[in-house]
Formats: sequence, structure tokens, C-alpha cells
Amino acid sequence: MTIQQNQDEIIEEFESCLDWEDKYALVIKYGRELEPLPEQHRIEKNKLSGCQSQVWINAEFVDGKVKLQADSDATIVKGLISLLVKVYSNQTPEDILSTPPHFIKKIGIDNHLSPTRKNGLGSMLKQIQMYAVAFKAMGTK
Amino acid sequence: MSENLAVVEEIYDSKRIFNLNEIRKDFPILSREVNGKPLVYLDNAASSQKPQSVIDAVTHFYTHENANIHRGLHFLSEYATESYESARLKVKEHINAMSVSEIIFVRSATEAINLVSNSLGDMNFFDEGDEIIISTMEHHANIVPWQMLAKKKNLLLKIVPINDKGEIIFEEFEKLISEKTKLVSIVHVSNALGTINPVREIIKTAHSFNIPVLLDGAQAMPHFKVDVQSLDCDFYVFSGHKMYGPTGIGILYGKTFYLDKMPPYQGGGDMIREVTFEKTTYDDLPHKFEAGTPNIAGGIGLGAAIDYFNQFDEIDMLNHENEILKYVTEKMSEIEGLRIIGTAENKSAVVSFVIDDIHPYDIGTIIDTDGIAIRTGHHCTQPLNKFFGLPATARASFAFYNTLEEVDKLIKGIYKVKRMFS
Repeated sequence: MTIQQNQDEIIEEFESCLDWEDKYALVIKYGRELEPLPEQHRIEKNKLSGCQSQVWINAEFVDGKVKLQADSDATIVKGLISLLVKVYSNQTPEDILSTPPHFIKKIGIDNHLSPTRKNGLGSMLKQIQMYAVAFKAMGTK
Repeated sequence: MSENLAVVEEIYDSKRIFNLNEIRKDFPILSREVNGKPLVYLDNAASSQKPQSVIDAVTHFYTHENANIHRGLHFLSEYATESYESARLKVKEHINAMSVSEIIFVRSATEAINLVSNSLGDMNFFDEGDEIIISTMEHHANIVPWQMLAKKKNLLLKIVPINDKGEIIFEEFEKLISEKTKLVSIVHVSNALGTINPVREIIKTAHSFNIPVLLDGAQAMPHFKVDVQSLDCDFYVFSGHKMYGPTGIGILYGKTFYLDKMPPYQGGGDMIREVTFEKTTYDDLPHKFEAGTPNIAGGIGLGAAIDYFNQFDEIDMLNHENEILKYVTEKMSEIEGLRIIGTAENKSAVVSFVIDDIHPYDIGTIIDTDGIAIRTGHHCTQPLNKFFGLPATARASFAFYNTLEEVDKLIKGIYKVKRMFS
């Protein structure tokens, strides 16, 4: 599946939500279904700094693709990161960098992008893009 | 005739009746909606809302009076100066300072503490190895400036421990005092716990060793009147925006005894008597500490906030806030898995809490969808959070304009959170 297809799938799923409660119920479900982060990756190096909750993102470069794993101690944050993992994991660095996450606005969770939400979607997205940049540089060497 | 006069006088002296419906109408933002629901604003310890009279005072200044102060002799400059200085007088009367020269306008309570720490540092008030006492429940604003000074001057910060209820252990405070102690800097009311500290006793004890005391009053001023002379504190700092005034304005009160000896914190215009390239002499108090064009509108707005506050009998406001505190504490105690952090005997209307297995971020996010604003996170008191072993908590903080119905909405919101994460 391409990044675009992953996003479309999410958008479709969220279309059935009638209100905020439904929407967050779905985000929470995503959080609970996120593949657990192996203990060896729960390290300082993978941690995003911020004041609201703890977030870890681990990235590996396997067969030209970026494999993402993540976790958070807050369920909603975990749900948000789970959406990003679904969209961007197992994709090439080039595709990650060239496909913006337009689903965020579409499904109406862009309030989590605001810079005051430390550890919000914005910093997670930035971290994923930084991994992609680093792997892209490795790949072209 | 004289009887009639007495009646008239009594009417003029009497305070405004504490009518919650009427009071809420004074705060325009309280009637707005958030996420399609009426706003329930329970983040007052972060910043309070403003009554129309404060908004009007700021607007009126920019519309009719705007000019720089203390400079021109033209009409507007004189007028603006008059308004700004009368706001200083209101602050002086409100906290019962000895004189207006003891009232320094600053940007925030944070800036006030930085002013004191920098200025005392510059006048060699501290010798190497001297000690400053603060408490475990300080806001970062009353930790970091002293830490910076301690690093620069080789001082030692000593921390007064607290008990599990979030109260200062007074005997431990007494034990920390040594002949090296030069200053005690303590929060009056804790932003994270609501604890009202026994500042009178702390000051009395410190003064018996000739140690001055600074009080961080940012969370006290919105709730009750403070009399700095009666407390006998040496410095008292607070911000305007937490006490129904504008942002960007704060107050440093200091006893003339100290302020007079302290060197300026910043240099520039409006704080000088004479400047040559060789030497500058400084203006008198309070202007010595007020370099540059100040937040004139902010000062005037703060004056209006004080006028608003003083319309009411302080006892009515306190009784109402205490009723809210009692009610929310009772209701929360019934919620399984919810734990209130900060259960001091003497407490203002602030409730920090955690719920088993639900992160504060999750609590705050879900509650927000119903238009309920609470704070989640570390509340700028990370050492305190560490004491309780909690990286974050959720906090509902109340003002006199909040209602018991709003508490009910909060409680309903918490049950919803519990349902969604069960």
C-alpha cells in the first residue's frame, strides 16, 4: 500500500465518526492496537522531549524502507502515533518526505498539531521526517 | 439630618452583593462556546479571565489617552502618566504597602523574582557559601533564578521538605536555617497543590534570625487580600493576569529598606537622573527599577482589576470558593481510582488529581471536547511532581466566578473519561 492509500483508508474510517467522542474512541482504539515497542527500543535516544507525555519512536532501515515502531504512556498520544506509523511505516524515505500527512486535517485532529501540544503530532511527524532524511542520506552514499 | 447622612454613607461603604449570575455577566468570555458547548473555564491558576471593566480600561487608554509617560509635558503624556501612577497607587492601597515607591511595575512575577535575584547578586548581598531557602513546592519561577544566582555566586539552595498532604514541614524549615542563610523565598499559595503556606510564621521565624523573606504571591492575590505590612514580608511578587488583570504586567513589592540599597536591574530610559558618557546617576524609587517604556495599558488594566475585586466583600468571594473546593473534593472522592494530589488543611480552590491507568493528557483531551478547560502536565513544578512520583497531573483551578454546576460538568466529564478508557 502506498502512503496515499494508507491515508485514504484512515480518512474513510473516520468519516463514520459523528462527534468528538466517536473520533477519540477510534484514536484510542488505534492506540490499543499499536504493536508494542520492544523493550530495547524504549531508550533515551528514541524519546521525544516534552512536558505532556512520553513518546518513543524507533526507526530502522530495512531493504530500502523505513520501519517505524513507537509508544507513548498516554493512550490518545499512542493512538496518534499509531496513525502515523500506519501511514508512514515500511515506506521509502523519498516517499515519506514527498507525501504530506493531509489526513490529519481531513479527519479533524489537526488541533493536536499545535506547538503548545508538546509531544503532539507535530513533533512526532518531524521526528519521522528526520529519520527519513537520515536514511535517505545513508541510501545514496 | 445627621441620621440621613449616616444612611447615605453606609450605602456608599457597602460592598456589591455577591450575585453569581450578575458576576458572570461581567466576564464576556464566560458566555462563549467551545466545541459547541458552553465554556467551563477551570484553568484559572494558569490565567484568570478578565471582567469587561478591565478590557474597557485597556481599550480606553489606547483610544483616548495613549502617549508615553514620565516624558512629555503635553496634555496626553501628563494624562497617561496620571493614569499609570494612579494604578500604582491602587496597587499600593490594595496590598497596604507603606508607600508607592515600594511598588515596582514589572512584566510578571517571574521578572520580579529575577529582578531581586540579579540585583541582590550585584550588590554583594551574598558571600560565597551563603544559603537561600526555598521549598519543595516552588514554581520553576522561584527555583531557576536562585539556581542561576547560586551557580554564579557559589551559593547553596536549601529545600524545605513537605509532607504527603503537600504541607511544609515547619520544624524542618527551622532546622534548615543556619548562620549562612541570607534569604528565604517561599510560595504563598501553591499553584499545583493549592496549599496556603504558613507564611506569617515563616516570616516571624526568619526575621528572628534577621533573614529577609520573599513571598511568591501569584496564586494568593486572585483569592484573597494580602497586607504586606501586616505580614511583614520583605518582598512580595505577583502577576496581573492571574488576578483578573491583563497579561504582561506584574508587581514587585519591596521594603524601602532593601529597594533603596539595591542597584538597578536594567539600564535605559526613564530610570536615570543624569547621564554622561562617564557616569550615570539613577532616579529615585520606584523608577530606578523601571527602565524603558513600561506596559502602560497593562498597569492601568491592573488598576481596573483591583477596583473590580474590591467591589465585593472578600469574605463573600472566599466563602464561595471554599464551597466549590469542598464540593469538588467530595465529588472527586467518590470516583473510584481517582486520587487528589495536595490535601492540605489550609487550601485554596485548586484540585490536582490523577486517575489510575489514565494519563492526564488523555483526561484533558477528552474533557476539552465538552468545552471544559483544565490544565494537564507538570505545572512548572517538576521537583514537586518528582516528590509525588508523578510526571504529570490534571488540575482544575477555580475562581470566584465558577459555579457548582460547572463542578458537576467536570465530574460528569471525568466519568466519561473513565468510561472511554475502561
